[in-house]
Amino acid sequence: MATGLTLKELSKKEDRFTHGHRMCSGCGAPTVVKMVLLATDYPVIASNATGCLEVSSCISEYTAWKIPWIHTAFENAAATISGVETMYRSLKKQGKIDKDIKFIAFGGDGGTYDIGFQSLSGAMERGHDMLYVCYDNGAYMNTGIQRSSATPLGADTTTCPAGDVIPGKLRSRKNLTKIMGAHNIPYAAQASPSHWMDLMKKVKKAHEFIGPKFMNILAPCNRGWRSQTNDSITLSKLAVNSCYWPLYEIEDGVTKITYTPKDKVPVADFMKPQGRFKHLFAPANEWLLKKVQEEVDKEWEKLKKQAECGC
Amino acid sequence: MAKIVAVTGNEAVANALRQASPDVCAIYPITPQTDMMQKYASFIANGKVSTEPILVESEHSSMSACIGASAAGGRVITATSSQGLALMWEMLHIASGDRLPIIMPVVNRALSAPLNIHGDHSDAMGARDTGWIQIWSENAQDAYDNTIQAFRIGEHMDIRLPVMVCLDGFIISHSIERMEYLEDAEVKNFVGEFKNFLPLLDLDKPKSYGPLILTDYYHEYKRAQHEVMTKVKNVVLDVAKDFEKMSGRKYGLFESYRLDDADIALVILNSAAGTSKDVIDSFRNKGIKAGLLKPRLFRPFPYEEVAEALKNTKAVCVMDRADSFGGYGPMFMEISSALYQLKEKPALINKIYGLGGRDYMPSHAELVLNELNEIASSGKIRIVKEYIGVRE
Repeated sequence: MATGLTLKELSKKEDRFTHGHRMCSGCGAPTVVKMVLLATDYPVIASNATGCLEVSSCISEYTAWKIPWIHTAFENAAATISGVETMYRSLKKQGKIDKDIKFIAFGGDGGTYDIGFQSLSGAMERGHDMLYVCYDNGAYMNTGIQRSSATPLGADTTTCPAGDVIPGKLRSRKNLTKIMGAHNIPYAAQASPSHWMDLMKKVKKAHEFIGPKFMNILAPCNRGWRSQTNDSITLSKLAVNSCYWPLYEIEDGVTKITYTPKDKVPVADFMKPQGRFKHLFAPANEWLLKKVQEEVDKEWEKLKKQAECGC
Repeated sequence: MAKIVAVTGNEAVANALRQASPDVCAIYPITPQTDMMQKYASFIANGKVSTEPILVESEHSSMSACIGASAAGGRVITATSSQGLALMWEMLHIASGDRLPIIMPVVNRALSAPLNIHGDHSDAMGARDTGWIQIWSENAQDAYDNTIQAFRIGEHMDIRLPVMVCLDGFIISHSIERMEYLEDAEVKNFVGEFKNFLPLLDLDKPKSYGPLILTDYYHEYKRAQHEVMTKVKNVVLDVAKDFEKMSGRKYGLFESYRLDDADIALVILNSAAGTSKDVIDSFRNKGIKAGLLKPRLFRPFPYEEVAEALKNTKAVCVMDRADSFGGYGPMFMEISSALYQLKEKPALINKIYGLGGRDYMPSHAELVLNELNEIASSGKIRIVKEYIGVRE
């Protein structure tokens, strides 16, 4: 039975991603997973790319997953779940299964934007009935904060360190949500745990479409962002309110902004509490901070135009 | 009733796969396998089989999807060659580590560079240590029969391991041969219904597949894989017995050809064994006691049985259609390990032949058998490892 999205009703639901996992204190990823599963009113089977979430949630005989769950490797959460989903369809067609089951793949940004990109693109093109959820923390956090194509412009990581000559990452992020939208899948969306109602509505909506769906969800990592452990939700909110991480969806090719900040805050407000951007506040790197703001503004304006024209 | 047909190796194996009625099949093209999965796709398109296809975007995704499908709970197949198998390498270990009985014909082809599409054994030999059962096939009939038996072996409840069925690219995959098909109903009955073991699709008992296991238990998991491999030989023999009852065709761990009283012997895999047998016959006609051992089960390797079969020979040449650069050929290393346990050992040499589809001619076998004859009488080895059929 479908659950309403009120805290009262949600609080009565069983957590299908349980306590006892070994994610870091203050990590955004388990919050994202809990919200996704809470908003899923169906039996569900998940696959998981190698990464923080995977290594911390199923260790030897301990598992935090109360749903059937499979991890195989780093670059193939989408291909793996597409195999599970294909077997489900085969057995259903043969009359060996009668339940309706939903399929979700979880991957971090390294396993999704980079090494898992081909596998994700293939699964989306093939049209499997699945939801791919990327929990985006902006770097390879599990291996110790290396640059990914989701790492924001100017960020200091261990493979693009802010040094005397090079001030951190000099390339902008890959816009994966839009790339997924360009696959002409029924639904692609961007969400943030700070806006939990928006996030969960999107998950619910995604499940109502037959076919491939994609959600990109911000997941602060206090180790990699070098922020306070109690700041995950605050930072998620600042990411949204600065339009660094706009909340929108692409439904059947039509872009819709699902939340417009009343007062758009400078992106510096989002960056300042994070050690990975500390060097950008030195006078010598002022140009780069300015460039980050310009890029955020440009992308936001582009998104608004897309939403206005209904394309 | 068996049906006599003239078909290519690829078509024969595609039919064996169809007769086993798998639930899911991952399909991706690569020469010389392509044509096998094309045939399979046409079976699906024409309603000859109820398999759900998954048309992946790479072999890495092919094996990943097979692992997901097999863990979900059902019979799963794919097929590949060469670079495709190499791209799967990471996932091959995961299929066997997760104990998933995926059946995969491997149409053997050379590896790049240089790019070459023709038959040699570098691909499957490179997958030697991936924890898969490997069964090798001389001709289309062997490949067809081995494919059918592979389902029974891999899916056996004491085994639950993935199986590669190897056949030579082009030489077998694309040549038309006379062979016998079994009836669909016979194969269906022989292979049996797929038995589930811990399926992911069982929602009442949720399972987690693919945990992180570090220094505490990883070692024990790997020992378990080693131990299950020790049980494979007997299952292969039992399945072969049942298969013989149905088909009249006899299979073992390897084939011994005129080996019982042989002084000199060749050890050679797959299609080149056929050519070699003709030459063995001509040497026998000349009064030279020559024989041949054609391995069938390569992983796990039947060391004791092979040693027993070769123990009375004086000189043996292991013919490898693959090389381990800087080492001996991969088959040589196995035979050498097998013979080491004997008190009295034959002299052992290694020839590398037929890489990248270079023809293996009767004259090559003659050359090697003559050399073995000399070694048998003189006891002197000129060179242990050498390339033959090579342009100088």
